[in-house]
Amino acid sequence: MASKGIKDKVAIVGMGCTPFGEHWDKGADDLLIESSSAAIAAAGVKSEDIDAYWLGTAMGAPSGLTLARPLQLHNKPVTHVINHCATGSESIRNAAYAVASGAYDIAMAIGVEKVKDSGYQGLVGSGRQPTDGTTRTLTAAAMFAMCAPAYSKKYGVTETEMREVLARIAWKNHYNGARNSRAQFRKEVSMETICNAPLLAGGLGVYDCSGVADGSAAAILVRAEDAYKYTDKPIFIKALALVAGNCSGNADPDYDYTSFPEIHAAANDAYAQAGITDPRAQLAMAEVHDCFTPAELLIYEDLGFAERGTAWKEVLAGTYDLLGEISVNPDGGLKSFGHPVGASGVRMAFEAYLQLRGEAPPERTIAHAERGLGLTHNLGGYPGEMVSFVGIYGNQPG
Amino acid sequence: MSGTPSKFNGRGIISVAGYVPYRRLDRSAVAKTFGSGGGRGKRAVASYDEDTTTMGVEAGRLALKSAPTAITDQLIFATASPAYLDKTNATTLHAALRLDSDVPALDFGGAIRSGVGSLRLALTGNGATLVVSADTRTGLPTSSDESNGGDGAAAIIVGGPEQGAVIAELLGASSITEEFIDRWRSPGSNRSKQWEERFGETKYVPIGERAFAGAIKQAEITAQDINVLAVTGMHSRACKALAGKLGATNAVAADDLTSVVGNTGTCHPALVLANVLETATPDQVIALVVLADGVEVLLFRVTDAILTFCPYRSVAKQISNGADITYGKFLAWKNQVTIEPPRRPEPDRISASVSGRTEDWKYAFVGSKDRGSGALHLPPARVSRDGGALDDMEPAPMSDVEGTIQIITIDRIAYSPSPPITFAVVDFDGGGRLPVELTDCSADDLAVGDKVEMTFRKLFTSDDIHNYFWKARPVPPA
Repeated sequence: MASKGIKDKVAIVGMGCTPFGEHWDKGADDLLIESSSAAIAAAGVKSEDIDAYWLGTAMGAPSGLTLARPLQLHNKPVTHVINHCATGSESIRNAAYAVASGAYDIAMAIGVEKVKDSGYQGLVGSGRQPTDGTTRTLTAAAMFAMCAPAYSKKYGVTETEMREVLARIAWKNHYNGARNSRAQFRKEVSMETICNAPLLAGGLGVYDCSGVADGSAAAILVRAEDAYKYTDKPIFIKALALVAGNCSGNADPDYDYTSFPEIHAAANDAYAQAGITDPRAQLAMAEVHDCFTPAELLIYEDLGFAERGTAWKEVLAGTYDLLGEISVNPDGGLKSFGHPVGASGVRMAFEAYLQLRGEAPPERTIAHAERGLGLTHNLGGYPGEMVSFVGIYGNQPG
Repeated sequence: MSGTPSKFNGRGIISVAGYVPYRRLDRSAVAKTFGSGGGRGKRAVASYDEDTTTMGVEAGRLALKSAPTAITDQLIFATASPAYLDKTNATTLHAALRLDSDVPALDFGGAIRSGVGSLRLALTGNGATLVVSADTRTGLPTSSDESNGGDGAAAIIVGGPEQGAVIAELLGASSITEEFIDRWRSPGSNRSKQWEERFGETKYVPIGERAFAGAIKQAEITAQDINVLAVTGMHSRACKALAGKLGATNAVAADDLTSVVGNTGTCHPALVLANVLETATPDQVIALVVLADGVEVLLFRVTDAILTFCPYRSVAKQISNGADITYGKFLAWKNQVTIEPPRRPEPDRISASVSGRTEDWKYAFVGSKDRGSGALHLPPARVSRDGGALDDMEPAPMSDVEGTIQIITIDRIAYSPSPPITFAVVDFDGGGRLPVELTDCSADDLAVGDKVEMTFRKLFTSDDIHNYFWKARPVPPA
C-alpha cells in the first residue's frame, strides 16, 4: 500500500527564487519571468529545451495560460496545480513524476503568488465557491491558536513556558531570515518584542503569524542519469509524499489538536521512500510550514524530530536553531518570507538546494550539511482538516 | 365556573413562552452621552446577530419544549420589523422548528396590532396554531422610543383539548377597529413617529372601555371577577388611563415589564401574558387588553393543567440572565451610527441553491449519525468517517443537545459585524463535534469545560440576504 516513490530517479539541476515581499511594482507575470529565467540560467538550458511545465498558484488565474502567456511558450504543455498551501510543492511533485515516467526529458516546476493587490492585509481567498453560509469563518490564526493551549494542557506546559517556546520559534526564524537577502523581513526580533506583540487570535501575537508576501520560485527537473550533464551538484529527489486528510478532526471528539495526523502520515511515507529511519540524525535541515508558531511546534513531533510532548523542551534547548542538531527553517521560514501560497513550497526546495550544494552564505550555513539530506514540508488547511506534503532531497545518489 | 360549557369549544393556550435577548441597555447611559434622554431601569436589546426571525425561532423552540406533545397545524409569525419583505419570514421559523412541510407558515407583518391580532385569530379559529410574534424597537437617540422600547419575542401554542392540555381557556374576546393616526413608521425607517399624545388617549380610552365591556358580557363574568389585568400597547399613557377605568377592582396589574425589558411592540401582549401565566394558579381570570389601532380584549381562565405546565425557561429567568452593553454598541447594533468595519472583505452572499440542499443542517442543525458505528457527523455526511459506510445514516437533530467547550479562542481578525468573535470547539453530549462561534457571552467569562447550548442566529447579511445559522452560547443558570 505504501508509495513506491521515485528515489534518485529525478534531479533538480537549477533553481531560481525571487526576493519575497511587497512587490507593489511587480505583477505575477514579472515574478514568473524572474524566477523562471533564474532557474533556466542556473541549469544552463534554453527555454525551448523545456518540454513541460507545472505551475502552482492558489490565487492566480487557474490555468496553464497564467504561465504560457507571460513566458510566451509555444505549443508547450503547462499544467496548473493547486492544493492549498502545498500548491508549490505539488508543482515539483507532479513535474518530477512526469520526468520519472519518461514522458519528458526536462520539466519546470514553478510557483507564484501575487497577493498584495487585494487591498487587504492577510490572505484573501479567491474563487470562493458559493456556500450555504454555514462554513466556519474562523481565521487560520485562530484555528492554529487552539493548538497551543491543547498542547500545554496535554503535556503540562505552563502558559508562561508556552509563550516562551512559541516566541523562541519565531525568534529563531527571524534570526535566520535576518541573514537571507531574499527574505521579506530581514531583522532579528527580540524575545521581548515577540512576547509583547498585539494579539491577533487566541494567544497568538503578530510575530506568531507568518506574513503575506508576493514571490515566485522555479526548478528545472531532469532524469537523474542526465543530471551531471547540467551541473556537478544536482539535487536528487529522494521522496515526495502527500496526504489529503479526511477532514474529520473538527468533527471527531477524539481529535485533540496536539498533532497533525496528516503530517505524521506524509512523513512516514516520505521516510519509507527515502529509506530514512532516524530523521533527526539523518537530515541536515528541514524547511517546515511555520505559518503559525504552534504549527511549527507540533510539526517537530509529527516529523519525528522530537518525541511526543518533548518538542517544547527541544525548542528551548536550541535543537532546531541554525547551528542546532537539526536546522529547521534555516532560510527564515514563512515567518521571514511571508507566504505567497503557490511559491512557498518551491522556495523551501530552493533553500534545501542551496544548503545541500553548499551555496548558502557563510552567515546562514547549517551545522550538519555533511549529512546531505534536506526535508521540505507544507501543510495546507487547518488543524483537523489539512493536506500535507513532505519532500526529501539529497546531494548524492544512493 | 370550571364546568360551564365554553363558547370557544374549550380552546385556549396550550403552551406559552417568551424570549428575552441576553443584552441590556442601562437607560441611564443615554443621558450620560447626550445630557438628556434615557431614564431608569434597563431595556432588552437584540444582539447584533439577532433579528425578529431568530428571536421568533428561539421563542418557538421554548414554547414547543414546554409542551413537547402538542401538535402544530399551522404557524403564524407576526412582527412590525420583518427581516424580509416579499419573502415569508415564517418559513425560516418553520425550517428551524422542523415543522412538517404541510404545515402552513404565514406572516402577519407590518403593524404592531398583528401580534395580538394573530393570537385572536388562532384562538377563535380551528386546529392548533403556533403563534409567534417578535419585535425590535428603536428610535432616534434620546427618544422615548429608544429607551422605552425593548426587543423580544413570544410564542403561544393555541388549540383545543384535542390538540393538547389547555392551560388557559378563552372566556371572551372582543375587538374594536378604528382608523386614526396615532403612531406610524415608513418602511425602512429607523424611527417611529407619534401624534400628540392627548389625541391618542382620547381615542383609545373610550373604545377600550367599550371593548372590555363586550368581552365581560360575552364571558358572563363581571369586572370584579378578574384576577389579573394586563393593559398593553405602545400608547402607555392611554393604557394607564384605561386600566383605571375598567372597574377590575380585585385584579392585580400584570407586570408590564417596561422597567426590565421595555415595550416589545408586536410581541408585547404575548410576552406579558407568558410572564403572567408562568406564575398563574388554577381558576384565575386574566384579562388582556391591547390598544393598537383599536382594541383587542381577550379573557382567559387558568385551568388545572397549569399545575403540570412546566415552562422550559421562564421570562423571569431570562430577565435575570442578562448583561449590559455600552450605549455605543447599542447605537451601532441599532444602525443609528456606523462604525468602522473590519478591514476584511465582506462575506459573499449565500447561495440559494446550496442553502436549499442543506436546509435541515443550516436551519435546524440536523447532523447525521452512522447507523452502524454511531459516529455523529456535523455537518451531515454521506460517507461515515468511522468505517466508511455509504448512505447508511439517520438524521441527528442536534439543536437541543448541549455541548462542552473543549478549546476556546478569540479571533480578532476574522470578519464579524461586531468583532472580535469568540470560537470554541464544542463536543456535544452523546457525540459530535463542531468548532462554532459563541454568542451572548464574554470570552473572559468562559473556560474549557463550560456547557453551551445552540441558538439560532444571523451570521451576516450580504446582498440583502440574511445568513442564518446556529451559534453556541453559555447554558443559562438553572
